[in-house]
Amino acid sequence: MTKNNIHVLKDKSVEIISICSAIVLWQIIAVYVVGNKFYLPSFTDVIGALAEIMSRDSNLVIMGLNMQLPMLLVDFFYSMMHFSIGLIAALVIGIPIGMIMGWFRTIDRIVDPIVEMVRPIPPLAWIPFAIIWIGLNPFAAGFLIFIGAVFPIMINTFTGFKSVSRVYVEAAKVLGCNNNHELIRYVAFPSALPSIAAGIRIAMGVGWMCLVAAEMFGVSRNGLGYQMWHFYDLHRMEFVLLYMLILGFLGLFIDRLLRYYIDGKLLKWRKGVVI
Amino acid sequence: MGSVKVRNVSRNFTKDEDTSTLALDNVSLEVEDKDFVCFVGPSGCGKTTLLRIISGLDKPDSGEVYLDGTRIDSPGPDRGMVFQEYSLFPWKTVIDNIIFGPQMSGKKKKDAIVESEKYLELVGLQQFRDSYPYELSGGMKQRVAIARALANEPAVLLMDEPFGALDAQTRNILQQELLDIWQKKSITVLFVTHSVDEAVFLADKIVLMSARPGKVKEVIDVNLPRPRDRTSPEANRLRDRILKSLLKEQGH
Repeated sequence: MTKNNIHVLKDKSVEIISICSAIVLWQIIAVYVVGNKFYLPSFTDVIGALAEIMSRDSNLVIMGLNMQLPMLLVDFFYSMMHFSIGLIAALVIGIPIGMIMGWFRTIDRIVDPIVEMVRPIPPLAWIPFAIIWIGLNPFAAGFLIFIGAVFPIMINTFTGFKSVSRVYVEAAKVLGCNNNHELIRYVAFPSALPSIAAGIRIAMGVGWMCLVAAEMFGVSRNGLGYQMWHFYDLHRMEFVLLYMLILGFLGLFIDRLLRYYIDGKLLKWRKGVVI
Repeated sequence: MGSVKVRNVSRNFTKDEDTSTLALDNVSLEVEDKDFVCFVGPSGCGKTTLLRIISGLDKPDSGEVYLDGTRIDSPGPDRGMVFQEYSLFPWKTVIDNIIFGPQMSGKKKKDAIVESEKYLELVGLQQFRDSYPYELSGGMKQRVAIARALANEPAVLLMDEPFGALDAQTRNILQQELLDIWQKKSITVLFVTHSVDEAVFLADKIVLMSARPGKVKEVIDVNLPRPRDRTSPEANRLRDRILKSLLKEQGH
């Protein structure tokens, strides 16, 4: 086990040295060049902020239950809630619409102009209407994330369905799979799955980017994005930077998790395909 | 049973208002049960179109096709088809590809697997049962495609240049295997090819087609005894005759 770990460390030595040098460089610049915690907090400042955050507790209220939990965990929970609301809504709405647009030419012609009109509007431009329509609650944040995530999912599903190879459809027809419902379920959907999965990955990236802004306008008193702005108001920039880093790491982690699941389980049959 | 009757079938492909190609012009043909029929002709003679019409994937502009007296107007499990392109579903394992047809006709997965094992055995790929198509060579893919088509127990097997993309050795092996399967299962095979050698080796009857518009030029009975010798003088004579006829067709 230890031997194995050492081996991995050896393998990744260049990467580790690269990250360590970046941290050292950051520390030197922050302390000796900038010399102002407000403009550029140093690495040790951020570590200090982390230690302080870890010791703080916060209240999490679910279903009447009031729980005392570490603040970071509560913020994480709220952010994941906003993110999940948006992403699930985007999946539930984006995939079916993309599917029928890709399969039925007429529906594509009806829906496409509308989609193309709405799509270029930046997700954050929806903030005023999100507040008016939904109010200051987690669903408004979810709505913004939904706007950011739904189009990549819809368009990738559409593309996946459009590019289903004709020979698969014909082979299925000859084998006795003859109506649209069966063809979509057994041929088009599995064939389009790699494209849909790629869409979901892009959507999660965009949705994550919308998260900070979505939590900015007071939908709740918790959340990683909200907390970041809260510390900005307090001029505690080392905390701001800490939350930035946490948001970055979480985004990376979620993406890796998804990729592991998709490539390892869902798209096993594509091994050997050069991506 | 698997007798196919093609009556006065015409098919016209229209590109736009002015240009159109008459792919099949009033083609009539009768194939008896358990016959092995090869369609040979210059490219663009409509042999693939004819096969697609029999399969139900394409519809004739006029005329009709009957299978055992029943008119064909859509694809169905009574006609299996093997395509020139690799048509296995890449997201399914070999066995899942083979049971696709039986599953579509409502069989439970367990029962379908039990029944399909014998087709896997027939094409000799038991050890690749749970492999995905990307792990198979071209020849193995086409073997699975044949097993998949047979799993529906069709009366007629339609094959559209199934060995066209394979190398010469694999092609010869698969031709022999196909003959064994055909004799074992006693089904009708309609086989489109551009290779005269292949047709002479395989067929009971060779349908020679002429190009633009596609018509049946001649139906040749191949009376060579089986198992056939690819290089026997009789086979060579027949090959020679067909090749000359094809050359004439191409205007040389």
